[in-house]
Amino acid sequence: MKTFSPRLLLAVPALAAGLALVASRPTAPTIAPDPDNAGLKLPAGFGALKVAETGGKARHLAVTPQGVIYVKLNKVKDGKGILVLHPQANGKATVTGGFGDYGGTGMYEKNGYLYASSDYAVYRYKLDAKGEVANPSKPELLVRGLKVGSQHESKSIVLDNADNLYVNVGAYANACQEQDRTRGSKGIPNCPILDSAGGIWQFKADKLNQRYPQGTRYATGLRNVVGLDWNQQDNQLFVMQHGRDQLQDNWPALYSNEQSAQLPAECLYALKPGVNAGWPYTYFDPQRKEIMQGPEYGGDGKTPAKGDYLAPLAAYPAHMAPNALLFYTGTMFPAKYRNGAFIAFHGSWNRAPESQAGYYVVFQPFKDGKPSGQWEVFADNFSGSPAKTASGRADHRPCGLAQGPDGSLYVSDDTKGTIYRIVYPAKKS
Amino acid sequence: MSKQILLNIALAFCTLSLQAQQRPTPKAKAKIAANPALTASLTRGAVVYKNVCITCHMADGGGVPNINPPLTKTEYVLGDKARLTHIVLAGLAEPIEIDGNDYKQHMPAQAYLTDQQVADVLTYVRNNFGNKASAVQVAEVKAVRATLK
Ligand code: HEC
Repeated sequence: MKTFSPRLLLAVPALAAGLALVASRPTAPTIAPDPDNAGLKLPAGFGALKVAETGGKARHLAVTPQGVIYVKLNKVKDGKGILVLHPQANGKATVTGGFGDYGGTGMYEKNGYLYASSDYAVYRYKLDAKGEVANPSKPELLVRGLKVGSQHESKSIVLDNADNLYVNVGAYANACQEQDRTRGSKGIPNCPILDSAGGIWQFKADKLNQRYPQGTRYATGLRNVVGLDWNQQDNQLFVMQHGRDQLQDNWPALYSNEQSAQLPAECLYALKPGVNAGWPYTYFDPQRKEIMQGPEYGGDGKTPAKGDYLAPLAAYPAHMAPNALLFYTGTMFPAKYRNGAFIAFHGSWNRAPESQAGYYVVFQPFKDGKPSGQWEVFADNFSGSPAKTASGRADHRPCGLAQGPDGSLYVSDDTKGTIYRIVYPAKKS
Repeated sequence: MSKQILLNIALAFCTLSLQAQQRPTPKAKAKIAANPALTASLTRGAVVYKNVCITCHMADGGGVPNINPPLTKTEYVLGDKARLTHIVLAGLAEPIEIDGNDYKQHMPAQAYLTDQQVADVLTYVRNNFGNKASAVQVAEVKAVRATLK
């Protein structure tokens, strides 16, 4: 006892504290992946776990700095359109409740507020110091009266760093034909849909009851954007467009089934205020690497478009339905992923009789705020098997992406409602 | 022999051979009687399905959740043939719910298909993807088309 110095006694808690610090550092996760990596195929060193099975149509999701997970459901389940999940020590989470009596897609967290969208409106909820919604039954109605038709109804949302809110309003048509999706039907001149849809609208993130007149059409000629994110490096809005369908069905003399399955590319755009990305007059041909005149507007599959349209920064295979875009700013993943983009491809339907494709999360490397180098499949096999991918009967379809406070990547699935979490390194250190 | 008798004989032959075609032995009746016409219609219907419907309703008839509804044992496919024919000729623009999924997207009219093609494709759909229902006849399609003009 005598030999026990008080100094040593002091050092013990200090050492313990130091150890705890090391353990809680984001680069050293203590989260164990599922033995089968949640059924996903990942690059070496990564692991994945199923955080929760929600059973809902889980669209976009947000994770607060405290680790509380909010999931937007496309359709209200048991009276709830937003699910609340609380983390457990093992890295999984438990659904502890929910609120919001509306379905929708948008879910975003920033500076102490949770933002959510229905197909008509955008709401926000104040978060308290624990990341909990203080008043779930009384959201602030930020934007209302957004146009909604019978397709491309979802309103995806994101904020910049200057209190602006960006909302996608999808075009309620395939290509603005006189008769939608009808063989040989011509495009309507000066497509009237573009007045109130087919673009991104900018509103204030902190003003109530805004409608179209209080907003700005930030970008037009975007058929339907579901995945979008604000790039912190070059302070710019990036979006993924869902390209048009049915070139062969509606213009069989101009396009073969094979061409129709490969046209047009799903495109990544960087937006500056006022740009026009060309829908419905044009589409992007990834083989020719050219913006083409759409067949509804006099195109023949061979004629490039005339006019000043925004060129995409990157092109991905047709019809794969990019439903989420996320710039990775965490430190958990290896350095090459920092500031690059993850894209969740929901998976195709419009490729028959060719086989379907997608149902995976892609990584697009970035350098200085611009895509740089070839994209790669990052997380695959959400579908369950190559046969299920080919038939389009996927078990799970990735739809939303969010970054956790420790740098984990969360992925939501709107088929079965599974919430995934991808971590690095996979092994406990 | 008079012309009249000759005609009568000819007519009798016709009737006989017609009866022979339509009424084989009772045992084989169910199998053979319906089959040649039905088989041909199903074969032609498969081609129409592949050229027109497959994009949206998919190769297995299972549709695309929340976008294009399935054709597997739905009340529309198995139910009233006139209503079914109307969907193909005039399209459909009413929100429907099947198996907990909402379908709001409109189905475009496929009126450019001939009566024969519509009868064939619907007969095909009503006898594939787990469905079993009577064939749709050209006359039935014609009748529905007449109401659209
Ligand atoms: C462009 C896509 C598209 C094409 C092509 C198409 N359909 Fe449809 N179909 C739909 C949509 C969307 C609905 C739902 C419409 C609604 O709810 O208003 C539908 C509804 C139906 C229904 C009723 C609902 C059900 O699932 O039972 C039937 C039957 C049907 N389609 C059969 C056909 C047949 C047969 C063809 C080919 C001749 C065809 N469709 C071609 C998109 C399409």
